[in-house]
Parts: sequence; C-alpha cells; structure tokens
Amino acid sequence: MKKTVLTLLLSVCLFSSAAAAAKNSVKVKGSDTMVNLAQSWAEKYMEVKPAVFLAVTGGGSGTGLSSLISGTCDIAMSSREIKEKEIALAMQKGIAPYEIKVALDGLAVVVNRQNPVNKLTLEQLARIFTGEISNWKELGGADEKIVVLSREVNSGTHVYFKEHVLRRGNPQGKEEFAASALLLSSSQAIADEIAQNPGAIGYYGMGYISAKQKPVLVARDAKSEYEAPTIENVISGKYPISRPLFFYLNGKPQGMIKDFVDYCLSQEGQDIVLKTDFVPVNR
Amino acid sequence: MRKLKEFIIEKLILLCGLASIFFVVLIFLFLLKEGLAVFKTVAPLKFILGKSWYPISDPPQLGILPLILGSLLVTLGAALISIPIGVACAVYIAEVAPQKIKEVLKSGIELLAAIPSVVLGFIGMVTLVPWVKNIFHLPTGLTALSGSVMLAFMAMPTIVSIAEDALYSVPKSYKEGALALGATHWQAIHRVILPAASSGIMAAVMLGIGRVIGETMAVMMITGNAAVMPNSILQPVRTLTATIAAEMGEAVVGSEHYFALFAIGIVLFVISFIVNVGADLFLHNKKQ
Repeated sequence: MKKTVLTLLLSVCLFSSAAAAAKNSVKVKGSDTMVNLAQSWAEKYMEVKPAVFLAVTGGGSGTGLSSLISGTCDIAMSSREIKEKEIALAMQKGIAPYEIKVALDGLAVVVNRQNPVNKLTLEQLARIFTGEISNWKELGGADEKIVVLSREVNSGTHVYFKEHVLRRGNPQGKEEFAASALLLSSSQAIADEIAQNPGAIGYYGMGYISAKQKPVLVARDAKSEYEAPTIENVISGKYPISRPLFFYLNGKPQGMIKDFVDYCLSQEGQDIVLKTDFVPVNR
Repeated sequence: MRKLKEFIIEKLILLCGLASIFFVVLIFLFLLKEGLAVFKTVAPLKFILGKSWYPISDPPQLGILPLILGSLLVTLGAALISIPIGVACAVYIAEVAPQKIKEVLKSGIELLAAIPSVVLGFIGMVTLVPWVKNIFHLPTGLTALSGSVMLAFMAMPTIVSIAEDALYSVPKSYKEGALALGATHWQAIHRVILPAASSGIMAAVMLGIGRVIGETMAVMMITGNAAVMPNSILQPVRTLTATIAAEMGEAVVGSEHYFALFAIGIVLFVISFIVNVGADLFLHNKKQ
C-alpha cells in the first residue's frame, strides 16, 4: 500500500517537472532587485495564460546575464546595462543580447532611525562610500564611526552605485568602495543591519524602504534642492540616484516571450510596477 | 566458475577504490587548468601578496593577501575556542562520565554535527552578532570573532568524536597500571592516557581545522566580507571561501576574475591538503 502511494507520488512529481521543463516554460533570471517585480508579473500573467510556465529566480544581474550568455535562461533581468565584454562573449556563443527597458528604480540611501543626519549631497555620499569621511561628526552627526554597507560585487546595484555615485558618471574614474566596506549578500541583509546599527549607512532599491530605516534626502550638489526617494521625484527626474531596469533577451522577442514582455510593458503590467514600489517607464 | 566470480568482484572493488582517486585528480587538473590562467595577467607573487581585491574594476586588482589572512584569522580563532573545549569534552566522555551521561552527550554532539551551516550562520547573525557588537562596543558585530565562535561550534563535533575514539582505544592496562601505582584519576588521565592518545588527538584537531577552513555559508553571513588587511579579530574580514561563493555567480566565464576565483580554489585546495596530510601523518605515527 505504502509502496503504491510512493510510486504514485513519484510519478506525479516526475510528470509535473517534465511539464515544467516542456516547451511552454520561460526561465527568467537575474537581478535580486527585480525578483519581486518579475514574480508579480509572472503570477498575474500565468493567471491569464495558464498554459505558460514562468520560472523567476534571482542571483544578481551578473548571474542573470551570464546565464543568458550560456543559454540557461530566456530572459535576464538586469539592474545595470550589459557590458561590452559581455556582449562580445555572447556574440561568440551565438547569442545576440536584446535590451528592453521595463521599469525605473530609485536607489535610496538609508541610515539608522537614531541617526540625526537627514540629508547628504552626492559628493558627500561619494566621500563616505570611498572611506574618505569615516566619522558621522564630519557630517553634523554624533561622534561615531561610519559603518559602510554595500552589496556584493555580483549585484547590479553595487555596480550602478559605484559608477554613478562614487565615480559620478565618469567612466574613467578610479574611485572604489572603501576596502573596509562590509559586502552583504542581499538588500534585506543591509536593511536588517541598518535597523540595528546606529552608525551604518547603506543603499538599496526604493522597494526595500521600511519604517525601520530612514532614507536620507539627496542633492546633486550643495546648491540644489535635497530630494526624497519617492516615485514622483524619480519620474520627474528630481531625485538624483535613479536607474533603468532591463530585460535582456536572445534576439528580438518572439512568440511566448514577446507576449510576456508586451504584457509587462502594457498598462496593466506597469500598474504592477507601481504596486511593487518601482517606477513605470511608459508615462 | 567460482574463481571467475572472485576475479570479477575483486576488479570491481578495485575500480571503485580507484574512482575516488581518479575524481580527485580530475578535479585538481580542472582547478589547475582554470586557475593558472590568471597568472598570464598577474604575477603569482603579486596575486598572493597583493593587498587589494577589486576584481570587477578596470583593470582588476587581484591581490588575495587580505582574503588569506581573513581565512587564517577566523580559523585560528575557531581553533583556540574549539580545541580546548573539544578535547576536554572528549576526555570527559571517554574517562569520567557515567554510562548514562555518556550516551546523552554523544548523541548531543552528533546532533550538533547535523545542524546545517546556513542555520548556524543565521542563528549567529541574529543572536551572536548584536551581542559581540554591544560587549566590545564595536561599530559593527559582523567580525572575525563572530565567525570564529560559530565555526568553533562546527569544528567541535569532529574534534570530540575523533579524539574520544583515540582516548577509548588506549589499552585499559595503561590506566589500570597507573592507578595501581597509586596515581589519582586525574594524574592517570593527564600523565598516561592523554600522552598515549596524543597522535589521535592531534589528528582530530587537524580534521577539525580542515572543516573550519573549508566552511563557507556561515562565514559569509557573519564576518562582514570586507576585503581589508585584518589587524584585529574584532574587525570584519573576507575569507577565501566566501569570496568564491559570493562572486562566482557574477564572474564572466573566461574573464580574469573567473580565473582568479579558480586560483583562489587552488590556494584553498593546497591549504586543506596540507592540513589533511598533517592529520594523516599523526594517525600514521600512532600505528607504529
């Protein structure tokens, strides 16, 4: 009796996994920032089109792009633009990366709620994250060491922050994160550490902001207005640290994949973008 | 007919025995093939003694000295904690504890070995890390010390069970002889049994350390992963294993970064090989 049940269970498992691996499945992989968004899209989309199976996994933008290059996923989510090296490598393997901008994201700089510092300029941020400023005293805060938190190097957020804040968009820049910066493996880990450490500063996508941390207001330079990381400010371009989020495909979208991408870019898809705390592109 | 059967089975077993060696050799060759390629761009000495690790910059800076020191520091800390406790625990189980307590302790230690390292890491992150931060008044509790304490828990089961075996296999007559000569129980343990089991205990220690050096998940979660030259155990460090685990997903296949991660793998392989050979030598000594 037990044996029959077991065999039955086993065969059900086998069949369902075989069905998932069949032609109707689309593998979406990459940026941890975009996982929640893509997951919501996938759930809603599969309600409409139950025949299609979408598998969404994270791992980081670099992870997604390298699986696109090695042919193990259909859509790579990336929170940074693909690098020339990666394009060259993809071409070698007969894959032509095709870029689609699917949403925008504001990067919030967050500190502990007890920290009296409320606003910073981009220049101050660069100096904090490169380790030049190491005490909150210099920024009008308490006499306390700054604990710099960053994402691991496989994160698109890490790369974006380095290129646009530390190097302020200068591709020849040599600025690096301070060697003493703690590299944490997820945005959630950064959020948790900020919540309990009064000296910490970190950054992550707007979607992760919660009542346990305090986002600081950011200004382009000392003369500009300090702006909060809100959806309106990202749409209007007033908030200085925002970035596009991409899907990368192998060649122009076709068939099932095109249908899914079109859904993401539709009014309904972009409403989901708003609901998951990102910023729509089609406005 | 019987002879043929014997022959086939013998050869099959031989094949199985050789398979494991064959796989080790294959893995090592693959590591070498992928890892040595990095030395086309970085000199070996500069790779091992370089002080900055910025693998995704242009050009990348691939110096793994901070990572090696990070690994060694965490391991040293874990060894200092786990060896005295582990050996003392083994002595208690083997020589002092009454039968009932012995059984409970032994299964307890086996249970400790069964806890997955990611769970230990998680527990460490929410309990140990804030605690270390508050006790030492540090800017952050994600330090080498937190990693050491957590890894000590992981090394303990290995050390205790192997050391206990070694103590147990000391012939009863040694102990009886010592007691008959008027030694107290403690004198017998300390002067006779421990020295007699010393090579086995050393092997236990080495294998425990081997486990610590190779551990990844817990370390990645609680040591902060900052690639600085460590000068205190109360600082964040980045270990060799955590570097490979955190960066392998991103590394573009065929890039310098990718090769460098394999080269780190070679360094790790060499370190744990030395530790294991050390353990083996001690065990071998014991037999003579």
